[in-house]
Amino acid sequence: MILAVNILLWIVVAALAFVTAMRGRVLLDTGLRTGAGEFLRLLPRIGAGVIGAGFIAEVMPKALVASWIGPGSGFLGVIIATVGGALTPGGPVVGFSIGAAALKSGAGAPQVIAYSTAWALYAIHRLVIWEVPLMPARVVWLRALVSLPLPFIAAALAIMLGQP
Amino acid sequence: MGTPQTTADPSTNVRAALTETPPSRPHRRAFDWSTMIIAAVAFAAAAAVYWRDGREHFMEIFGGDLTLFAEMLPKVLAGCLIGALVTMILPRELVARWVGHESGFTGLLVAAFFGFLLPGGPITIYPVAGAFLMMGADAGAVCAFIVSWTLIGYTRALVWELPFFGPHFVIWRIVAALPLPLIAGLLARLVVRAGYSYEQGK
Repeated sequence: MILAVNILLWIVVAALAFVTAMRGRVLLDTGLRTGAGEFLRLLPRIGAGVIGAGFIAEVMPKALVASWIGPGSGFLGVIIATVGGALTPGGPVVGFSIGAAALKSGAGAPQVIAYSTAWALYAIHRLVIWEVPLMPARVVWLRALVSLPLPFIAAALAIMLGQP
Repeated sequence: MGTPQTTADPSTNVRAALTETPPSRPHRRAFDWSTMIIAAVAFAAAAAVYWRDGREHFMEIFGGDLTLFAEMLPKVLAGCLIGALVTMILPRELVARWVGHESGFTGLLVAAFFGFLLPGGPITIYPVAGAFLMMGADAGAVCAFIVSWTLIGYTRALVWELPFFGPHFVIWRIVAALPLPLIAGLLARLVVRAGYSYEQGK
């Protein structure tokens, strides 16, 4: 599955490179050099972020998190889940595995949706590691600001849709 | 790929694109304060794990993180190249027309659809979003794009979410998330209209 995503990504790269090359060699060279330069500048950040994520997740009290957001926790649970999602560090594995573990150990489905939505949208470390280096900071803050209500809306919609 | 300009000779387009000042990214050092903070927190957590659980468990986590890091690198490189190449070939007036300030609600729909379509992780999305901004996309469309990729992008759901949660939960969650990119885009435009300025002096 991960291999398939890699292949898909590189097919997109190849197609874009081909189209760029048709427009001119210089354009392709500039594009490749810009992209590679960006990659090199990102490396230390990604290194610190990814290697740190596993340790940070390890020191988090997972059992406590799971017990706070059960199906009976209602809107307060949604709020707790949202805050928890925002504070959860780490890559995709961490957020989804905590969410799945919480679901298995009795968390409510809307709360888990609020958690994973909040984690996906405004995990603070992700803002700092990825968005701020790659986009103008004021757009990043705008993006974070308008994302604030989204986990609540997602949980509310999930409740309206009924249980999975 | 449509023809970028109405001019007949494609070589003049290329020359025009080249002589035009290229959209410049703000220059950034590889290691700045934000990376320092992340590194410091990571170091503290690593030390805590080492002290609490011992060397063996520490190495286990460290190995897992290194593997994850190595697995990410090809995707990161692909993401950076996609962002840079898209900047090179997407005609700016096209971006401005589709997802620019005047694009209206359709612009948000287009941006949300692109977010759904584009493969890859956060590393793919943010360079492309940054490129869109430099080419004249408005902040509302960029927000819709990022939120859409984050919540309903199919690669992410397939690769990460499905194995953990199973199809029922994932589909239910995605259906609940469908309106969110548009809500985010509309909110962003409201905030901008209310006076939030995001275009700094270049």
